[in-house]
Amino acid sequence: MTMNKGTPLVEMRDISISFGGIKAVDHVSIDLHPGEVVGLLGHNGAGKSTLIKCLSGAYQKDTGEIYVNGERAEINNPRDARNYNIETIYQTLALADNLDAASNLFLGRELVTAAGFVDDAQMEAETRKIMARLNPNFRKFNVPVSALSGGQRQSVAIARAVYFNAKILIMDEPTAALGPQETQMVAELIQELKRQGLGIFLIEHDIHAVMDLCDRAVVMKNGQRVGTVNVDEVTDDDILGMIIMGKKPAKAY
Amino acid sequence: MTKTPLTAPPVAPAQAGAGGNPVKRFLSATEIDTRLLGMLAALLLIWGGFHLYGAIVNGNGAFLTPRNLWNLSVQTSSIGIMATGMVLVIITRNIDLSVGSLIGVTGMTMGILQVDILPQIFGLGHWSIWIITCVAGIALGALIGAFHGWLIAYRGIPSFIVTLGGLMVWRGMAFIANGGKTISPVDSTFALLGGGPGGNVGATGSWIVGLIACAGVVWLLVNGRRQRIKHEFPLRPIWAEVTLGAIGCGAIIGSVLLMNAYPLPRGILRQMDLPDDAFVSHGFAIPVLIMIAVGIAMTILMTRTRFGRYVFAIGGNPEAAALAGINTRWMTLKIFALMGALSGLAAIIASARLNSATNALGTLDELYVIAAAVIGGTSLAGGVGTIYGAILGALVMQSLQSGMVLIGFDAAIQRIVVGVVLVLAVYLDNLYRARTK
Ligand SMILES: Nc1ncnc2c1ncn2[C@@H]1O[C@H](COP(=O)(O)OP(=O)(O)O)[C@@H](O)[C@H]1O
Ligand SMILES: [Mg+2]
Repeated sequence: MTMNKGTPLVEMRDISISFGGIKAVDHVSIDLHPGEVVGLLGHNGAGKSTLIKCLSGAYQKDTGEIYVNGERAEINNPRDARNYNIETIYQTLALADNLDAASNLFLGRELVTAAGFVDDAQMEAETRKIMARLNPNFRKFNVPVSALSGGQRQSVAIARAVYFNAKILIMDEPTAALGPQETQMVAELIQELKRQGLGIFLIEHDIHAVMDLCDRAVVMKNGQRVGTVNVDEVTDDDILGMIIMGKKPAKAY
Repeated sequence: MTKTPLTAPPVAPAQAGAGGNPVKRFLSATEIDTRLLGMLAALLLIWGGFHLYGAIVNGNGAFLTPRNLWNLSVQTSSIGIMATGMVLVIITRNIDLSVGSLIGVTGMTMGILQVDILPQIFGLGHWSIWIITCVAGIALGALIGAFHGWLIAYRGIPSFIVTLGGLMVWRGMAFIANGGKTISPVDSTFALLGGGPGGNVGATGSWIVGLIACAGVVWLLVNGRRQRIKHEFPLRPIWAEVTLGAIGCGAIIGSVLLMNAYPLPRGILRQMDLPDDAFVSHGFAIPVLIMIAVGIAMTILMTRTRFGRYVFAIGGNPEAAALAGINTRWMTLKIFALMGALSGLAAIIASARLNSATNALGTLDELYVIAAAVIGGTSLAGGVGTIYGAILGALVMQSLQSGMVLIGFDAAIQRIVVGVVLVLAVYLDNLYRARTK
């Protein structure tokens, strides 16, 4: 698995972006192949979220290029990213608290009737279907998501990313708000999606989860890429050393 | 959310488990919004209060009469129409302080157009004058609103500042437009839109409107139930559906009866060559029908279209809306343009009602409009609000206003009361939200 040949699903080349003089991402390159999970690691403020937001269209990179299936991709806004089948679960979840689960799931991509009106009933039915798969205990379909628990909100955000047949999935700390059982469910979901051939960028702090789920891990520090490792060639201490001290083990590239 | 079209997603009551309390069980089965009930109760309290006060203190309870309630409905129209637009503005965490001045400048422009310009082109009293005037007024309002929206969304100036500036600028423009002089009278067809003499649809017309509305209520209930069955969602019990239909149709028929109970005055009967003792009903006034049409259209816009969904989403979480691919700036521009267009429409009604255009037309309306939206449950924190709430809010504000005039409170007291009520209403709303959270 680890020696990826062929065209990557996504390649971000030499991406930089700064905010008022602070270089949040500093000449970082990463890539992702079909059926691969690439972990993005690093301390808070390392630039992980900022980097993936350049891919999801939330931010516009200052310099660098993005390739999807080997072709240069212009991603200037979230709509562009969605058109490339890139779906994102943001760290903040990015839910409209005042809307219910179905409205959030279909936000920006509402199902409409023949007359062009939003088809709430159809959207709720679809939401019930996908939630039955992702989180069978989910019942709160008719309340604003502000009334949901952290885990339930997270599952709405996950459902939104999964529903639209993503090819490239970005998950920014998807288990941060979850208990052990729900975390396990997300891990199983990641493995299932991987089997289906999706490429997944996974931002995750739990080193054991990274060792379990990821094929490769990219470590960032102060906006720069420390190095990339094949997870099965290194120990968790090696990775921790990269995160904490920026120390690049021999196997890293 | 409930699938009743008149309920916007954010305030829809949860389908809570039916409690033992029969009132609670009734509310949960019928899915009636408790806020709506609260507002209706407040309205009845105000109406009853003014009537009793008049009856006891002045020896003449003049509030709960067909004549007064008919006038009230007409007076509510222009504020009510603007309040429906203000709901969108406030839901998206903005404010529009310029609507009163927009009335002034669009009203003045329409006055000049229909009195000074169009008759010279087409001849006095030409049938097309009122149409061109109305289109121009609404378009001008939309244009000014779009300009405000552009400054807010694309130039990053806070809406409070842009529209505060607008409040000054457009009022000044309204003055300059005709050197401060009043224009009167307006085109005779145009004048009907204000609900003045002849600006009503009579008994038969009102019955037709009422029956269509009843058919609409029944259709909504039947269609809603069909949708729920199709998707196997929980159904309301049949008795609850029937009760809802009965309440809806009852309210409609009641208002038809009320509007038809107010006869045309003698002066008008004589103009119509009718004997003095003939009973000819007013029926619904045209501006009221315009307001109802606007209310229905805006409700559909907010609850049944993507546009409305995006308005709520932007209000709930602007960042999330943008990340979902919604062009939030373009939306803001459109919302302010819509607010401007509705102000233009309100200006038509206000100036038609006065049968003249003055540069002071609509002064202080912004405050009543904002108050109406807020009293109607639109949250200044954004994300929450309903069209019917805003119209009811306008009715509450106007009831207070005209009730105080009726019982002889002077202008100073009126302002104090309106100010206190606004603050109190928002406070009560906070308590309500905290409790239903
Ligand atoms: N919109 C923004 N405006 C200003 N600074 C930002 C913005 N987004 C991120 N940053 C800065 O970029 C750096 C990287 O942040 P982030 O990507 O969120 O880190 P991580 O996700 O790795 O914890 C931080 O210093 C953060 O303050
Ligand atoms: Mg982050």
